[in-house]
Amino acid sequence: MDVKRRNNVTVTGNPLGRTVLLAHGFGCDQNMWRHTLPALVDDYRVVLFDYVGSGRSDLSAFSEDRYTSLDGYATDVVEICEALDLRDAVFVGHSVSAMIGVLAAGRVPSRIGALVMVAPSPCYIDEEGYRGGFSAEDIDELLTSLESNYLGWSATMAPVIMGNADRPELGEELKNSFCATDPDIARIFARTTFLSDSRQDLKGVGVPTLILECTQDVIAPREVGAFVHQAIAGSTLITLDATGHCPQLSAPEATNAAITDFLARLR
Amino acid sequence: MCRTGHEPDPSDPDNGEASSAAFASLLEDSAEELYESAPCGYLSTLMDGTICKINATLLGWLGLERASVVGRLRFTDLLTVGGKLYHETHFAPLLRMQGRISGIALEVKQADGGRIPVLVSSVVKHGSSGEPLLIRTTVFDARDRRSYEEELLRARKAAERAREQAEADRARLQDALAVLQQSLLPADLPSVPGMEAAAHYRTASPDRLGGDFYDLFPSDGKSFAFFLGDVCGKGPEAAAVTSLTRYTLRAAAAHDPDPVAALTTLNQALHERYNGSDPRYCTVIFGTLEPDTASGKVTVRLASGGHPPALVLRADGTADFLPTPGGLLVGILPTASFATATTVLGAGDTLLLYTDGLTEARTGEDRSALYGDEALRALAASHAGESPQAVVEALAALLDGFGDGLDDDTALLALGVPAPAPTHQATS
Repeated sequence: MDVKRRNNVTVTGNPLGRTVLLAHGFGCDQNMWRHTLPALVDDYRVVLFDYVGSGRSDLSAFSEDRYTSLDGYATDVVEICEALDLRDAVFVGHSVSAMIGVLAAGRVPSRIGALVMVAPSPCYIDEEGYRGGFSAEDIDELLTSLESNYLGWSATMAPVIMGNADRPELGEELKNSFCATDPDIARIFARTTFLSDSRQDLKGVGVPTLILECTQDVIAPREVGAFVHQAIAGSTLITLDATGHCPQLSAPEATNAAITDFLARLR
Repeated sequence: MCRTGHEPDPSDPDNGEASSAAFASLLEDSAEELYESAPCGYLSTLMDGTICKINATLLGWLGLERASVVGRLRFTDLLTVGGKLYHETHFAPLLRMQGRISGIALEVKQADGGRIPVLVSSVVKHGSSGEPLLIRTTVFDARDRRSYEEELLRARKAAERAREQAEADRARLQDALAVLQQSLLPADLPSVPGMEAAAHYRTASPDRLGGDFYDLFPSDGKSFAFFLGDVCGKGPEAAAVTSLTRYTLRAAAAHDPDPVAALTTLNQALHERYNGSDPRYCTVIFGTLEPDTASGKVTVRLASGGHPPALVLRADGTADFLPTPGGLLVGILPTASFATATTVLGAGDTLLLYTDGLTEARTGEDRSALYGDEALRALAASHAGESPQAVVEALAALLDGFGDGLDDDTALLALGVPAPAPTHQATS
């Protein structure tokens, strides 16, 4: 199995620098980091990838069995770390990827030496004594939204989307392709993401951890950021002056500054 | 459409007055009026989503007052929770990355608790130095379209369920067919003292029901009987005849193992059962094995009803047909005569029975030539002296090689007397 090809792994930046692994969340693909990359490439070796089922990954490697748990996605991360033989890398995970990073770091502690959690949430659904922000019915609504929007996905387009990562001239044709996902796979990833509960896993985090939250984030409200911060001993919480769930896109400067500052302190 | 109306078309003097009136009324439609009362919703937001401008059409759909919206709500506040999630995970990132996004299906909440399915398009307006300033959004009422799409989705899900059901039914049917098919063939060949036996069966029909059959069974204290045959046709109808044939021969042999007697009984049974508009018949070789414990040799007596002749592979490396000319197809006439033959198998000799699926396999580039009797005899000769198992395996490999040239079911049965074991030659 060629993991690099399967997960559309891109390695860039300074080959002598510490490795930073950028992991996208549910919805789009590694293009989510396009404004983050320039801030890192001079000093760090940067690894980008798409989870199996997202972006330009090998869709034939997707199996419902494996990817109905975050552990399946964490296995992608572990296998990428092993394929590249990473040591002491910094894992930057957006949204659900922050929790996938926690699981992966627990499995290969020598390979992941620090975590940056961008807009993390360990549990999206409200429970007694915990407010994640959503009810189970809300998640069903999201699944309906997924069914109503294929975002340029069609079975005939798939080969074009998958096979032309390096051909920007196909741009118009590939409109929305960053988020184009096989609807059946998107549905599984959405369920896996929004029905996950990784609160217990936070306690096991033993590496330096930076938590980035936004002032206004529907998906990861500030109570959740505080919960994560409190659960991970020694973690740093920074509240970015940003709205929405994707500060790396809506407030790239502030996000980059927080990440590079954290990375500099690790050295 | 965009003419001002100041200059009515001079080439059309008759309608000049009416056009003037029409254009005058268009003048009334100011840009502001067009914005407010357009047949779609308009709104503009700051980059953080705060609504700074919204038209009357959209306010009307939402059932909200302008004062409670502008500067107070964000675009996502207008959406259902599922829509908010979708907005944050897909819509907003794409809008940021592409600067525009169109035709996204969302739902807006109304003040009275209702919901309106809408199609949303947004574009980012940039300032003179390229910095993003605000987001312009249009919102189209998609109630009719959404109900149509829901119909399509429902239909697709129903089709999906039907397909799954069909697959499950198909799997069940195949299991049932496999059980029936197994009832037409012996599960294992019995061990015959002083002999070895091997068989192979391959069906060409997709439902796995074949029209070839074989069997080997004890007929009395020391002798065994065997048969191998081919029912005309394929599929379930042939399988029904196969079933009748197999159990008739077994019963007939129990009564009288003489080959001609057994085939005569079968002929009567088939003719009686299938003498109407759908005549069915078969070709078959039926035989008995009588081992002589003193010499180790086995006497084979067989009778054929129209079946291709058996091959005898000798220990000396030769192979020859055991002719049974003149035997009639079984079941086609009220009375039939059958050809008999006798041979003796010594150490290292093997009797090979087969059906014409083998000899009539289409070979060659264009699949137009038939494999043929002589090719089979020559191949058998090259394996003469080997164990029945080895002979059957060689022929099974040959069948594999035919690929799509194999049109018919094929059955093989090899019965042999083991050669005296020389050195380490595993034959069992």
